[in-house]
Amino acid sequence: MIGIVDYRAGNLTSVARALDHLHEPCIITNDSKLLDDASHIIFPGVGAAGQAMANLREGGLDVHLKRWVREGKPVLGLCLGTQVIFESSEEDDTSCLGIVPGEVKRFPADLRERGQRLKIPHMGWNRVSFRERHPVFKGIPKNAEFYFVHSYYPVPADETWAAGWTDYGIRFCSVVARENLVAVQFHPEKSGRPGLTLLANFCRWGGNDAQ
Amino acid sequence: MLSKRIIPCLDVRDGRLTKGIKFKKNVDIGDPVEVAREYYEQGADEIVFYDITASAERRTIMLEVVKRVAETIFIPFSVGGGIGTVEGMRRVILAGAEKVSVNTEAVKNPGIIAEGAKAFGSQCIVLGMDVKRVPAREEIPSGYEMVIHGGRTFTGLDALRWAKEAERLGAGEICLNSIDADGTKDGYELALTALISSHVGIPVIASGGAGKPEHLLDVLTRGKADAALIASMVHYRTHTIAGIKNFLHDHGVQTRLRW
Repeated sequence: MIGIVDYRAGNLTSVARALDHLHEPCIITNDSKLLDDASHIIFPGVGAAGQAMANLREGGLDVHLKRWVREGKPVLGLCLGTQVIFESSEEDDTSCLGIVPGEVKRFPADLRERGQRLKIPHMGWNRVSFRERHPVFKGIPKNAEFYFVHSYYPVPADETWAAGWTDYGIRFCSVVARENLVAVQFHPEKSGRPGLTLLANFCRWGGNDAQ
Repeated sequence: MLSKRIIPCLDVRDGRLTKGIKFKKNVDIGDPVEVAREYYEQGADEIVFYDITASAERRTIMLEVVKRVAETIFIPFSVGGGIGTVEGMRRVILAGAEKVSVNTEAVKNPGIIAEGAKAFGSQCIVLGMDVKRVPAREEIPSGYEMVIHGGRTFTGLDALRWAKEAERLGAGEICLNSIDADGTKDGYELALTALISSHVGIPVIASGGAGKPEHLLDVLTRGKADAALIASMVHYRTHTIAGIKNFLHDHGVQTRLRW
């Protein structure tokens, strides 16, 4: 059973629908006991970092999330879920979970590419260059595109955490992976086949990042 | 680098698909869920649904369609048409849509943009604009006027001013439809699209007038659009999404080619 963490951060049903499509049983819940019983944790989220952290702390889920990562349960962060596992975010000047060393920054206002001013949010399909072979990225074509919607981007303090990069005026870390944790800035549940492949791989993954 | 998005638009009435030509004679071309699946498999980057059901009571049919679409395709899609309250937005989003578009409703009550953005985030709120070219005058300095009720009612609202105001209120994206170009198949209105797109910081989807792949090339380059809406050119099978994308790619426009 896959546990989807419900902390009132956006509509979580789209993740559940993608898992239904993959025939992976899942539960959307804020109950840490039910999530303890889940084999895998998906930590999604849409919205703002400040509110997300407030909701997590109020429900005590911040402590449990750190514990699940520490205990070796496979954990997948999505979008805002990925941002709040860092130490801090410039969005609402928020202190976050600190699972990954580093911070989350806002895209600069004067972002340009080929002389064109880029729009913020970064919304639409963009390429991800996966740095390494990893069981969760197996079968995804090189430079596959995924659906992004965000105005802030993760900056790991230690680049060895970065497992994938994306270009949008600047090159930013769009995938984080270490041991039993994988976190992506994009929305695999809305990224067609490559996204479904990533979710299916995660659901069958034991949490070991070795080949 | 971000790919330019190609977005088929499906008009739905009473749960069935139609394509309005110049907002008049509608021709039924089938089940929206099946057509959405086909476009998803062909490489559509997103899908737009407009509910043109006349009676409010029959709107629940659309929610059923949205639910079935959300179980079938795994790309973003938006739903618009007659949604004027946060509660209405919530129903559509919970049924599985990523985005809600507001058009006439937002002109009548601009507050709905801010309320929607606050409740669901700006990325959920698309401002639909129907625009008609008019002689420039004091209230309409850009020479483009907002029209509502599917193009029948002039509002006295300048399109450029309205686009900027909607961005300020929290719209996350603009779907810009030229009533003059709509249904002509002679190409998008490039001047209008470039004007709006270069004056707002949010993405602009160009709509109205697509007849051949060259038109998309024009609007995505000279028209400065971030995405292009298409309808009859794919509904009537004169072109495929993959064919359009390959054409754009060959002409130097980045599109998503593997899916």
